[in-house]
Amino acid sequence: MRSDRGQRAPLGLKVAAACGLLFLHLPILLIFVYAFTTEEKSFVWPPPGLTTQWFAVTWNRPDVWDALSLSVRVAAISTAIALVLGTLCAAAVSQTRFFGREAISLLVILPIALPGIITGIALRSAFSLADIPFSFWTIVLGHATFCVVVVYNNAVARFRRTSGSMIEASMDLGADGFQTFRHVVLPNIATALLAGGMLAFALSFDEVIVTTFTAGQQQTVPIWMLEELIRPRQRPVTNVVAMVVVLVTLLPILFAYYLTRDGDQIAGSGK
Amino acid sequence: MIIAAVQSHPTPAILPGSGGMRGALSDLFWRRPKFLLTLMLAPPLLWLGIVYIGSLFALLLQSFFSIDEFSGLINREFTLKTYGDLLQAANLDIILRTVTMAALVTLASAIIAFPIAYYAARYARGRWKALFYLGVMLPLWSSYLVKIYAWKLILAKEGILTWLLAKLNLLWLLDTWLSLPIVGGNSLSVSFTGTFIVFVYVWLPFMILPVQAALERVPGNLVEASSDLGASPGQTFRNVLFPLALPGIVAGSIFTFSLTLGDYIIPQIIGTSRLFIGQAVYSQQGTAGNIPLAAAFTVVPIVIMGFYLWGAKRMGAFDAL
Repeated sequence: MRSDRGQRAPLGLKVAAACGLLFLHLPILLIFVYAFTTEEKSFVWPPPGLTTQWFAVTWNRPDVWDALSLSVRVAAISTAIALVLGTLCAAAVSQTRFFGREAISLLVILPIALPGIITGIALRSAFSLADIPFSFWTIVLGHATFCVVVVYNNAVARFRRTSGSMIEASMDLGADGFQTFRHVVLPNIATALLAGGMLAFALSFDEVIVTTFTAGQQQTVPIWMLEELIRPRQRPVTNVVAMVVVLVTLLPILFAYYLTRDGDQIAGSGK
Repeated sequence: MIIAAVQSHPTPAILPGSGGMRGALSDLFWRRPKFLLTLMLAPPLLWLGIVYIGSLFALLLQSFFSIDEFSGLINREFTLKTYGDLLQAANLDIILRTVTMAALVTLASAIIAFPIAYYAARYARGRWKALFYLGVMLPLWSSYLVKIYAWKLILAKEGILTWLLAKLNLLWLLDTWLSLPIVGGNSLSVSFTGTFIVFVYVWLPFMILPVQAALERVPGNLVEASSDLGASPGQTFRNVLFPLALPGIVAGSIFTFSLTLGDYIIPQIIGTSRLFIGQAVYSQQGTAGNIPLAAAFTVVPIVIMGFYLWGAKRMGAFDAL
C-alpha cells in the first residue's frame, strides 16, 4: 500500500483544480441557456425570457439540414477510410519490426501535429496545381487524412495488449490467416476500432480549418456556423445549432470512453 | 519454438494445405511475412504519401513561385522574390505578434493546467479519477466553433461577464483594463485580451493531459521525502515536482504553441483587426489570390515548430506524450 493513498489535498489545490474545471465547462453550458432565449438581436444576459420556438424555426431551415447531411456523409466516409488505413498501419507497426517503423508513426501523426491551416492550404495548392475542382471528395480527402491518426492510436494501443501467441495458437489449431483474422484478431480489436471510429467521426464532424480550404462553395455544419459567426443572419438559430452540435459530438465521446475504459484498467493494473 | 522448427523443415505440412485461392493466399502470407507487411502498409502509405506529403511538397513548391503584380497571375518560375516579400516590416510584425501570443498562451495554459493535472494525478481516485478524465476529454472534443461561439456570448458588451462584473461593482476594473493600449479595446470581444482568453480556453485540455501523464509517474514518496528533509511546499514544488513535470509541460506546449501559431478563426471572430499568421495566410490565398506568399507564410510556423520540436526532444518531452 502506498503511503500517499487517502491523503487529503491542500485546500488551495482543490480550489484551483475546481476553478480550472469550471473554466472548461461553464462556457459550454451557457450555450444551452442561450438556445432558449427570446432575445433575437443581441447576446444580452440574463435572457429576457425563455422559449422553445427556435427549435421549430431551426427544424424548418433547409440550409441547416443540407449542411447536416453533408457533414454526416463526409464524416461517415472519412471514418470508413480512416478505419481501413489506420487499422492496417497499426497492425503492421505493432506486429512486426522493420526499418522505418518510427518514420511511419511520425507520418501518421504529422497531419494532426502541424497546424490545420498548413494541411488545408497544402491540399488546396495541390488541388490547384493538379486542376482538381472542389467536390464532396476533396473534403473527404482532407478529413480521412487526419482521421487516420485517431484510429491508428486506438488500434496500436489495443494491438500492444493483444498477445501474439493467440494468433500463433489459432494458426497451430489449423485456422488459416483469414479465419484467424475473423475469429481471433477482429474480436480482440473490435471495441478499440469502434472507439477510434467514433472519435474519427466526431473529429471529422467538427473540423473547420482544413474544410474551409477544401470545400469550395459547399457548406458543412462547422462552415455554416463559421459563416453565421462572421455574418450573423438569425442568432437564435445559431444558438440552437450550437447546442445540437455539442450534443452530437458529446455522445460519441462518452461512448468511446465507455468502450475503452475496461481494457485500459486491465492494462493499467499491471503497472 | 515449434513454429520455428516447422518453418525450417522442408515439408512442414502438419495439416494438408486448405487448397483454393483463399488457402493459397493464406499460406503465402504465412510463408512470406514481408509480402503481407507490404500489402498492409501499402494503402496507408500511398494515401498519406500522395495526399499529404504530396500536398506539402506542392505547397513548398508554390512558395518559390511569384505573383505578377500587374496581371495577378502566378508566375511558375523558381524565384526567391516571395520570401523577400515575406520579410517586409508589416509581415515581420505579424510573425512577432503571433509568436508573442503563442508564448503567452502557452505560459497561461501551463499555469492553469498544473493544479488540475496535479490533483487528478495524485489525489483523485476511482470515480473522481474518471470524472477528471472526462472533465478534460469532453471540452477537448467539444466542437471548436461552439467553444468560440460561447466566448463570443460571454465577452459581448451586453453579455454575462459585463453583467457579473456590474453585480460585483467591478466594472471600473474592466474599463481600466480596456483603456490600456495594446491589450484593450472597445469591448473584450474586440481586444487582444479576448483573443488571449479564448486561445487559452480552447487549447487548455491539450496542456492538461501530458502534464497529468508526467505527474502520474512522479512517485508520491518523493514529495514526502522532500518534506521530511525539511523542504517547504514551495521548495518541494520548485526542486522536485516542477523539474519532473517539465517534460510534460513541454509536451503540452508543443500543442498550445503550434495550434496558436496556425489558428486563423479565433483572432478573426474575437480580436482586433491586426492580423495573425493564420489570418495572413488565409487572406493572401483567398481575397488577395497570392498563393505563393501564403505558402511562404506557412513555412514560418513549420520552421518555428521544427526548432521547437528539436528543443523539446532534447528535453525528453516525447516520452511524456
